[in-house]
Amino acid sequence: MSPLFLFLSFVALLSALGVVLAKNPVHSVLFLILTFFTLSGHYLLLNAQFLAAVNIIVYAGAIMVLFLFVIMFLNLNEDTEPHKPALAKFAAAIAGGSLLLILVAALRNVSPAGYDPANFDSQIGMVDRLGMVLFRDYALPFELASVLLLAAMVGSVMLGKRETGERNF
Amino acid sequence: MESLSKRAKVLTKKPMTLAERAYLPAIFQGLSITMQHFFRAATKKQVTIRYPEETRPFSPVFRGLHVLKRDEKGRERCTACGLCAVACPAEAITMVAGERKKGEEGLYREEKYAVSYEINMLRCIFCGLCEEACPKAAVYLQADKMAPPRFERDEFIYGKDRLVEPVSPDLRSKRGIQLTPEQAATLRTQTA
Amino acid sequence: MTLETLGWQGLVILVVFGLSLLIATYCTYAERVIAAFLQDRVGPDRAGPFGLAQPLADAVKMFTKEEFFPAGANRALFIFGPCLAMITALMSSAVIPFGNFLQFGSTVVHLQGIEINVGMLYVFGIVSLGVYGIMIGGWASNNKFSLLGAIRAASQNISYELAMGLALIAVLMMSGTLSLREITLQQSVAGEWHFWNVVKQPLGFIIFIVCAFAETNRTPFDLPECETELVGGYHTEYSSMKLGLYLFAEYINVFVASAVMSVLYFGGFNFPFQYELRDWLVSSRGMELVTAQNIITILGAVGVFLKIFAFIFFFMWVRWTLPRFRYDQLMRLGWTILIPLAIFNILLTGGLITFGVIK
Repeated sequence: MSPLFLFLSFVALLSALGVVLAKNPVHSVLFLILTFFTLSGHYLLLNAQFLAAVNIIVYAGAIMVLFLFVIMFLNLNEDTEPHKPALAKFAAAIAGGSLLLILVAALRNVSPAGYDPANFDSQIGMVDRLGMVLFRDYALPFELASVLLLAAMVGSVMLGKRETGERNF
Repeated sequence: MESLSKRAKVLTKKPMTLAERAYLPAIFQGLSITMQHFFRAATKKQVTIRYPEETRPFSPVFRGLHVLKRDEKGRERCTACGLCAVACPAEAITMVAGERKKGEEGLYREEKYAVSYEINMLRCIFCGLCEEACPKAAVYLQADKMAPPRFERDEFIYGKDRLVEPVSPDLRSKRGIQLTPEQAATLRTQTA
Repeated sequence: MTLETLGWQGLVILVVFGLSLLIATYCTYAERVIAAFLQDRVGPDRAGPFGLAQPLADAVKMFTKEEFFPAGANRALFIFGPCLAMITALMSSAVIPFGNFLQFGSTVVHLQGIEINVGMLYVFGIVSLGVYGIMIGGWASNNKFSLLGAIRAASQNISYELAMGLALIAVLMMSGTLSLREITLQQSVAGEWHFWNVVKQPLGFIIFIVCAFAETNRTPFDLPECETELVGGYHTEYSSMKLGLYLFAEYINVFVASAVMSVLYFGGFNFPFQYELRDWLVSSRGMELVTAQNIITILGAVGVFLKIFAFIFFFMWVRWTLPRFRYDQLMRLGWTILIPLAIFNILLTGGLITFGVIK
C-alpha cells in the first residue's frame, strides 16, 4: 500500500466522519466535497483518469453546488434544529447499528479478486478504453440513460420557455 | 377612446425582427462604435488635461486670489478705510489701521495705513465687492491666481505678507495680470 | 522520465505559474487603460512610464489596507473563500500547451505544465470548482447581498457550464481526444491545407465564448458582483488583499479562458506556414532540423500568447461596450437558447462528419 493511498484513505474517512458529525450543514457539505476529492484521488491511483475528472465535474462541481445552494437558502443552524426525542435517537441508533451489522456480515467472507501484476493492463481506465466498453458491450443501457438525461434537459428548457402572453417585465 | 386634443400619436410596438432578436448584430454595432473611440483616443489628442503639467486657461474676468496693490512709486495704496470689510458679504476681511510715522512716506501713500490686513480665504466667496468698494484702487482679485488647498485652517488666513504686491516691477501685475517686460520697464522708469 | 527532464518540466510549471500571475497583474492595468481609451480618456499614466508601475502601486495599496472581519462571519470560511478562488484559478493553467517542444541534445522540454490525456476535462473540473470560492466567501460574510451574489454565481456557473460542455463536445467529436496538446497538433498538419477549428465550428465557438464570459463573471454577465443591485455582490464584505485575491482570480480566469479558446478553436501554438518556414530555414539557411524546430516552437509560443492577448483584449472591449443583462434574461439565454443551439451544433457536426465534409 503506497503512502499516497494511505493518506487519501485517511482523509477520506476523516472527512466522511466530518460529514456526519459536523453541526453546521454547510460544513457537512464542504466535508462531502473533500470526500469526493479523495475518491477522485483513488480513481487516479487506479489509473482511471476519466472517472476521476468526471467525478469532480459532476459530483463536486455540479451536484454539491446545488446542495450548497439549497442549504445556504434554508439558513440552517443550531437554533432552528428541532429537538429530537430520546426515542427517536434510540431508534436511529438501532437502525444504523443493524445496517452496519448486515454490511459486516455480507462483506466478512468476501475475498477481493486481486490482480496479476504480470499481465495487468494498466490502460484499462483510460477514456478510449472506457468508451469502447460503453459503446460496444453496454450500448443499449448507455443510450437509454443518455435519452433519459436528454429528456430531463428538454423538460427543464420547456419549463423555462416563455408561454404566449407571459411577460416578465 | 378618442383623444381630446387629436394630437396623440398611436404607438405600435412592432415585434422584433430576427436580426434584432439574435442580438449579435447589435453587439457588433456597439463594438465597432467603441473601437472607433479607442482609435480616436489612441491616435488623436485626448481631451484630458493632465493637471499639474497642463492647466486650463483662465477666463479674463476670473476673480481669484486678492492682491493689495502698490502705486507707481512702490507705496502701498491701502489706507485702511474699512470699506472693503463693510462691503464684504462673507465678512472675510479684517484690518487694523495705524498712523504713518515720519520717514515712512516711501512705504505708505496716505497718512493712515493698514498695520494688519487679513482675508480669510475659507470665508471669501470671491464676489469682487471689495474691489468695487475700494476708493483707493488698492485691492484687486487677480485673474491668474487661486488660493491653493492647504492642510491647516489657519493657513487660509492670508495676512499682508501674502497679500501685498511685491516691490520689484517685474513681479507686479496690473488688473491681476502679470506685467509684460515692456510694462515693467515703463513702471521702473516712472518710479526712478 | 529522467530527473533532468523532471527538473526542466518543473521549470516550465514555475514559468507558467509566474506568467499567470504576471499577466493577471497587468490585466488590471490593461483593463484601466483600455476602458479609458474606449471612453476617450487617458487612463493611469502617473506611476512609472505610461503608468506601467500602477499594478505595483495597487498591490501596495491592497496589502496595506485594513483587514476586516464582519460581525457574525464564519472566520475560517471567510478566509478560505478567496484562497479557494485563487487556487482553482491558478491550477487550471497547468495543462494548457503554450508551445510544442524544445530540444537540447537529448533533453526534450514540452512547453506545457503537464500533459494528461483528459486535459480538457481537467480544466472543466477545476473551473467548476472555482464557484466554491465565490459561494463560500459569499455565505461566510454573513451578509444578504453577499449571499445573493453567491447564489447568483452558483446558478449562473452551473447553467452555462452545461452549454459550454455541449459546445465542446462538437470539438471533441472532430478531434477524438481530450488532450489539449493532441487537439492543438491536429489543427495543423504538414503539407496540406488544414484549418483551425474555428472555421469548422463557428457556431460552437460563439456558444463557447458567450459561456466563457458567463463562467468568468465578466460583463455582460457579471451578475454575481452587480453593483447596482448587490452593492459588491459576493465580495461586499471583503477588504485588503482578500478582496485583491478575488479580483486577481477573475483575471487569471480570463487568462485561462482565453488560453483554452485559443487552443481549442484558434490552433494554439500553430501559425500559418510554420512547416514551410522550418523547411526554408533548413534548406536555405543551412540550419539543423532541431534548431529550426526550436525556432518554430518559440515563434509558436509567441503566437499563442498573441492569441491570448487578443482574447483578453476582446474580453475587456466587450466589458466596456455592453450593458449588463437582467438576471432572468441571463438564465433564459443560457437554458432556452444556448443549450438547444449547442445540441443542434452537435447534431450538425455529427452529420457533417458522417458525410465526410469535415473530419
